[in-house]
Amino acid sequence: MVIYGVYIVSKSGGLIFNHDHNVPKIENEQTFSYPLDLKLAYENKKVVVAFGQRDGINVGHVLMSVNGSSVAGRELEDGRDVFDLFEQPENFPLTLKFGRAKMTTNEKIFLASMFYPLFAIASQLSPEPRCSGIEILEADTFRLYCFQTLTGVKFMVVAEPSQLGMEILTKRVYELYADYALKNPFYSLDMPIRCELFETNLITLLDTVEKSGISNV
Amino acid sequence: MTIHNLYIFSKNGVLLYYNEWNRLNKSGITKEEEAKLMYGMLFSIKSFVNKISPLDPKEGFLYYKTSKYSLHYLETPSGLKFVLNTDTISQNVRELLQQLYRQVYVEYVVKNPFCKLNEPIQSELFKTKVDELMKKSPIYLNRSL
Repeated sequence: MVIYGVYIVSKSGGLIFNHDHNVPKIENEQTFSYPLDLKLAYENKKVVVAFGQRDGINVGHVLMSVNGSSVAGRELEDGRDVFDLFEQPENFPLTLKFGRAKMTTNEKIFLASMFYPLFAIASQLSPEPRCSGIEILEADTFRLYCFQTLTGVKFMVVAEPSQLGMEILTKRVYELYADYALKNPFYSLDMPIRCELFETNLITLLDTVEKSGISNV
Repeated sequence: MTIHNLYIFSKNGVLLYYNEWNRLNKSGITKEEEAKLMYGMLFSIKSFVNKISPLDPKEGFLYYKTSKYSLHYLETPSGLKFVLNTDTISQNVRELLQQLYRQVYVEYVVKNPFCKLNEPIQSELFKTKVDELMKKSPIYLNRSL
């Protein structure tokens, strides 16, 4: 029973609130000898595994640190290039830490605005007339629930596929939004929500739903 | 329960096959444009799912659901994409798509030397077999019931 996160998107497609609830950390540290049995590539300012997944290190994982010193872009803290480092046998053995990249706030904003056209196209491509946009999107690792209010604000919850009652949860989050964000005189519409009461109440709600199910809310 | 329509895309996004059974709403654009829109949407959903997924995805996107229909998606490792729209209460649509791939696509397209891969499928036999499979499936029932 895990809820991964909550996103609120304004009617113009901007991300106005996001909360990461229980995001699992996937990290793996291992010692490697020369030559590396992983194929690494440099994309989007990150060193990622391109081929050769094993022992929990999967394709798409990002190189996080080398011998304990963190990697920024393709450089170590002391300014050495990691690809040069891996080419010289005398540097080995090396302890490398790989992990699944965490989304930055910028990426979240980007994804939120990406969901907006998907939602619209889904209703346009509908084989039935008068259809809504995406309500549930399922992948093998998570399920995304989206509830659009009459005013066009979207409440999205990302949770485990087995988690029940998430449709109700999205509506409960809407209630909290109406109570603590909209009634806050310092909150201006369509702007990012920075209301402490809203956030604390939301966290309590998510915790109770995770522990005792939606029926007790 | 009912099946609305089926799209098959090649790995490059070419529409290989399209058929519809119960479709009430026309999107108001040509079939080619609709196919491009559909492929674009699926492509975006795939990258959206990969980024937002908290764990490492294996199969990735499976289906989405709206108030009136659900779209089921099956991608083979070779990049072939099967998209089937059904109503929201249909079950086991994924198995039907796998059957379609295994029993119809592989048998009547891949094993047919005159069917060029990555080009729209012309084979009449394939078309009848797809129709047969869909009509045989328990999901395919007219709304009159």
